[in-house]
Amino acid sequence: MKTEDGPLEGPLGKLFADLKREGRKALAPFVTAGDPNCEKTLEVLEALDRAGASLCELGVPYSDPIADGAVIQSSYTRALAAGFTLEKLFDLVRRASARVKMPILAMVSYSIIYRRGIDRFVADAKACGMAGLVVPDLPLEESDQLDQACRTAGLALVRLVTPTTPPARAEEIARRSTGFLYCVSVAGVTGARTDLPAGLLERIEWLRTKTDVPILVGFGISTPEQVKAVAAVADGAIVGSALVRHLEGFSAPQHAAPAAQGTLLKNLEETVGRLAAATG
Amino acid sequence: MPTHPAPLPRVRPAGTPPAAGGLLSQVPDSLGRFGAFGGRYVPETLSAALDQLQAAYDDARADPAFAAELNDLLSAFVGRPTPLLFAKRLTEYAGGAQIYLKREDLSHTGAHKINNTLGQGLLALRMGKRRIIAETGAGQHGVATATACARFGLDCVVYMGSEDVRRQAPNVRSMKLMGAEVRPVESGSKTLRDAINEAMRDWMGSVETTHYIIGSVVGPHPFPRITRDFQAVIGRETLAACHRQLGRSPDIVVACVGGGSNAAGMFYPLVDEPGVRLVGVEAGGRSTKAGDHAASLSYGQPGILHGSLSYVLQDLDGQTADVHSVSAGLDYPGVGPEHAYWHDTGRVEYTSVTDAEALAAFDLVARREGILPALETSHALAWAVQEAARRPASEILVVCLSGRGDKDAAEIARLRGMGLPDAV
Repeated sequence: MKTEDGPLEGPLGKLFADLKREGRKALAPFVTAGDPNCEKTLEVLEALDRAGASLCELGVPYSDPIADGAVIQSSYTRALAAGFTLEKLFDLVRRASARVKMPILAMVSYSIIYRRGIDRFVADAKACGMAGLVVPDLPLEESDQLDQACRTAGLALVRLVTPTTPPARAEEIARRSTGFLYCVSVAGVTGARTDLPAGLLERIEWLRTKTDVPILVGFGISTPEQVKAVAAVADGAIVGSALVRHLEGFSAPQHAAPAAQGTLLKNLEETVGRLAAATG
Repeated sequence: MPTHPAPLPRVRPAGTPPAAGGLLSQVPDSLGRFGAFGGRYVPETLSAALDQLQAAYDDARADPAFAAELNDLLSAFVGRPTPLLFAKRLTEYAGGAQIYLKREDLSHTGAHKINNTLGQGLLALRMGKRRIIAETGAGQHGVATATACARFGLDCVVYMGSEDVRRQAPNVRSMKLMGAEVRPVESGSKTLRDAINEAMRDWMGSVETTHYIIGSVVGPHPFPRITRDFQAVIGRETLAACHRQLGRSPDIVVACVGGGSNAAGMFYPLVDEPGVRLVGVEAGGRSTKAGDHAASLSYGQPGILHGSLSYVLQDLDGQTADVHSVSAGLDYPGVGPEHAYWHDTGRVEYTSVTDAEALAAFDLVARREGILPALETSHALAWAVQEAARRPASEILVVCLSGRGDKDAAEIARLRGMGLPDAV
């Protein structure tokens, strides 16, 4: 089955076509925008790009993130306390787009999009160079307006399927997802877990038979071993909390010195490098 | 001149109907829409459980045995119907309209919340879910949930902001005595909103075995409708009692509004009754400045919080604002979507009352009626006394006395110690 757009387009279409041609899978790190501030996030994005990240999911801090575990919640709280705003986000992505080759998507609550105005948010996202949006609290039934705005603007709207999604609904979600399909590994919130959930690989293989859209797997994935296992059947892996944990150090008083900050960034880059290598 | 910044401009969502042509009670639609409001903005993980809940509720509504079992419980376990009491000395004090009190405080557990938790508890049994989670602010919903779970033999976990654990300690003890686990929530403002976030996160990981009994007419579809329906017994009884005792419908009906469940239950059976003026009273807090109150309908704008589109207090980026109320149960930056609908159609008036006015009303009702009202309820009482004074003695004003105030006695003493103005 094809997506509604037919062949993939835009920066994500090009990315996945390139990966396919090279026989590689995607590593998609998730980091919070503005933790500890947007200047540092810019450095982080450059480090991810250098380390071989295929694309980046940039978390937009939100005051009430019900799909997120403690690590990402705390990161959002730090960013908001440090004065994060949407204007700073768009400025950050504008500057980052000029410096990194990986496409950047925003992981953003629909509360934020709705408050700004759907058309205005999409226009701002497009103008700063974002490749797409992942909206974790926007189910199929409520998404027509944003879907239309994203299609018109040429932004991907990445949809999510979860272990609790019934099969027919999963097919419909896959059909309407653009850019890629986000396969949530577990029923639960974000956060590192020791083992991959039972049945995950089979679920991905089943999805694979239902859609041509690239499938990326996220939630609970933190180690190169897990990335490798997931990449064997999916088109890539998303790693979030395990990387966001690194961001916490940037605002710790004992790491305030420039040398310490540099070490933290280097550690993050090496971690992402190991994860990227595991995609094969 | 006010020193606070002007309220943000109101944006009217597309699709909100102009003030009513048809029956206002014919909502929500199949997607959970009350006019433009409501809906279901939740992670995909919860979609299937909400569909399952909707199906279980539709099934229960068609089953006479469900209604019979619930009615038996409301009668013998809760003590319904609750009385409609003429507040003689309060009426004399106001010197105008006759004030009547709908005595939800006489319900088992001391508030209206039990009407909803028994109904949803029975739904959980029908769905085969043996674990219940809930959030609570004032603790009344937590106690009512713990009570229903003890009655039905279900496991119970209640999330409660740590600030509320402190200021509503008697209710925390009650919950534990009935076997519930109370989990203090330390994130954010440590109040009701954070307790809802934490309950939702629990549900994300437990949804296949757990039912979330949300305590108000908030949250994703179908919660606002289910909670309203279970609370509508308040309004039906009130209307029947007015006709039985007074021979007519009331002129004015007043209820406090945080999330808005007692008000929704009181108003819903009356929205199609012509000539009954309906008034919701929000928490005006310390001042009209952002952050000093919790009056979403009075000062907020349409936005999304906790799974539905309604009026919310948030900043220009959509970040939820900090709010304040002396009453833990009204200390919430959103409101149920049906209230937003009633607000925009003009069917219900919404106003607000300050912390100090609510505390004064608490004292007044305690001393003149021998009833300790909940601080939440005291907001409705404060407005009712002010309004009764402006209305003729021929008019009938009913206040939903949504809960009892024993839980607040210690907190009120503490506030007085901190120099809040003494009441009348």
